[in-house]
Amino acid sequence: MPDIQHLNNLVIQVRRDILRQVHKVNSGHPGGSLGCTEFFVALFQVLMERNDGFDMNGKNEDIFFLSNGHISPVFYSVLARSGYFPVEELNTFRLLNSRLQGHPTTHEGLPGVRIASGSLGQGISVAIGAALAKKLNHDSHLVYTLCGDGELQEGQNWEAIMYASANKVDNLIVTVDYNGQQIDGSTNNVLPMGNLKAKFEAFGWEVLEIEEGNNLEAILSGMKMAKSKTGNGKPICVLLHTVMGNGVDFMMHTHDWHGKAPNDAQLEVALSQNPVTLGDY
Amino acid sequence: MKKYTDSGKKDTRSGFGAGLTELGKTHPNVVALCADLTGSLKMDAFKANHPERFFQVGIAEANMMGIAAGLTIGGKIPFTGTFANFSTGRVYDQIRQSIAYSHKNVKICASHAGLTLGEDGATHQILEDIGLMKMLPGMTVINTCDYNQTKAATIAIADHHGPVYLRFGRPSVPNFTPENQTFEIGKALQLQEGNDVTIIATGHLVWEALQAAETLHEQGISAEVINIHTIKPLDTEAILNSVRKTGCVVTAEEHNYLGGLGESVSRVLTENLPSPQEFVATQDTFGESGTPAQLMDKYRLNAAAIIRAAVKVIARK
Repeated sequence: MPDIQHLNNLVIQVRRDILRQVHKVNSGHPGGSLGCTEFFVALFQVLMERNDGFDMNGKNEDIFFLSNGHISPVFYSVLARSGYFPVEELNTFRLLNSRLQGHPTTHEGLPGVRIASGSLGQGISVAIGAALAKKLNHDSHLVYTLCGDGELQEGQNWEAIMYASANKVDNLIVTVDYNGQQIDGSTNNVLPMGNLKAKFEAFGWEVLEIEEGNNLEAILSGMKMAKSKTGNGKPICVLLHTVMGNGVDFMMHTHDWHGKAPNDAQLEVALSQNPVTLGDY
Repeated sequence: MKKYTDSGKKDTRSGFGAGLTELGKTHPNVVALCADLTGSLKMDAFKANHPERFFQVGIAEANMMGIAAGLTIGGKIPFTGTFANFSTGRVYDQIRQSIAYSHKNVKICASHAGLTLGEDGATHQILEDIGLMKMLPGMTVINTCDYNQTKAATIAIADHHGPVYLRFGRPSVPNFTPENQTFEIGKALQLQEGNDVTIIATGHLVWEALQAAETLHEQGISAEVINIHTIKPLDTEAILNSVRKTGCVVTAEEHNYLGGLGESVSRVLTENLPSPQEFVATQDTFGESGTPAQLMDKYRLNAAAIIRAAVKVIARK
């Protein structure tokens, strides 16, 4: 495992990548991306057992699906910095003829992406399918997926959540980005979802909470606990308490930066709070 | 004229079930999913033979489409089974994003399409599904005409890489195409040769087209009958070759005239060979309760309607 200092440096570099990607094209979703930066770094650098290169079928390796596809900037940055494609390609985010579409897709053949996402609520179902395929293939590796908390307002999720426990899909870890924000405001104002932990538990899931979802060590220890609970007949849900916009003071604790790019002056301030560590693309 | 014999009425969905049973034996990567309609879709034998490869998802079609997409990642070839209405309109966005745009190798198998679903009425009688599915980039769309063709198509699509929509029906209908035929995706079948009019039919209307051609023959009209089982990709060459000879066309389908086979044929003709065309199809309407035969008569989807359309289109030449 890379040392924690290196991982923290990578987190800062990924934040810079996110900010620079969305600034360049004046579009994209920095808030949720920044909130999940530590999670992505932990997942791809430490937690997942990944093979070299990219094979769509992902046999004999852990695989990941991003359900809330709008946080593509963090996904692309971490994929690039984990070796799936050259980091320079982050320069093409949302540009014409790019593999880095506004929302992730397999359509342009970007290594690391196994499903298109963006229209919300579909990732858990897809992850269940991939987990079932792993069982049929006698592949003991895990399937991870990340979805937003607001995304759980989509009904398909609850079909999937009901199915996974009823069918003991216990090689699946669903992480919920529990930042309490969505486009129109806080989830409590838009459509309160009540006690998510109790809801998942009522559906027969094993639920863990990571209270410090922007702390690498807390994520690593919480997710290792989640891994240890797989294979016991229950799907695993991790409620990851994050702060939207984390790492940039004026973007934190608000939904304002869900889908808005910083202007030149704002970018300068944001980057000054996250000085270069590993080198910009 | 070629003579076609009904070897015994059978439902097309049983052809799907028989094809799936075969695939269970020959294709270890074929898996099947069903949303609480296993008996209706005739998937019982596959389920009994391969319980580990059969996934009962309950009344949750959106989840079924997503799970099917996920199963392809790992090399499986999923066949989903439910009614056509719940295979398309209900789950359009799941199919669009997780299957079509993601180019996943899912076979969406849809029974009880069209008016011939019968007494359940318009909530279940989808007449828009061909249009919905043919508009999705990369989606292959097939509508089979009898038991034997449906069985052959089911087997054939397993070896085609990419998403497929396979449409069939509920009632027993004449079984007249060859047993153990080879099904070639995208290849039209010329069932009758003729010179005066081309009748292009799909699904349950193919048998009606053959009946119509016999009656027209007795009236001295020589009708060419072409079975288009694959609406996308369309066999444009077969269509153009026939219409070059006959100069006019009747299209016949158990579907809305907006978005169906007829419109696809129109586009081909408009681009290449503008020709008079008549549409035997529903006229932008929902269905209703009734027996299949009553409905096909009321909505003019039978041999009599095809004959009227043929006479009319010939007069327009």
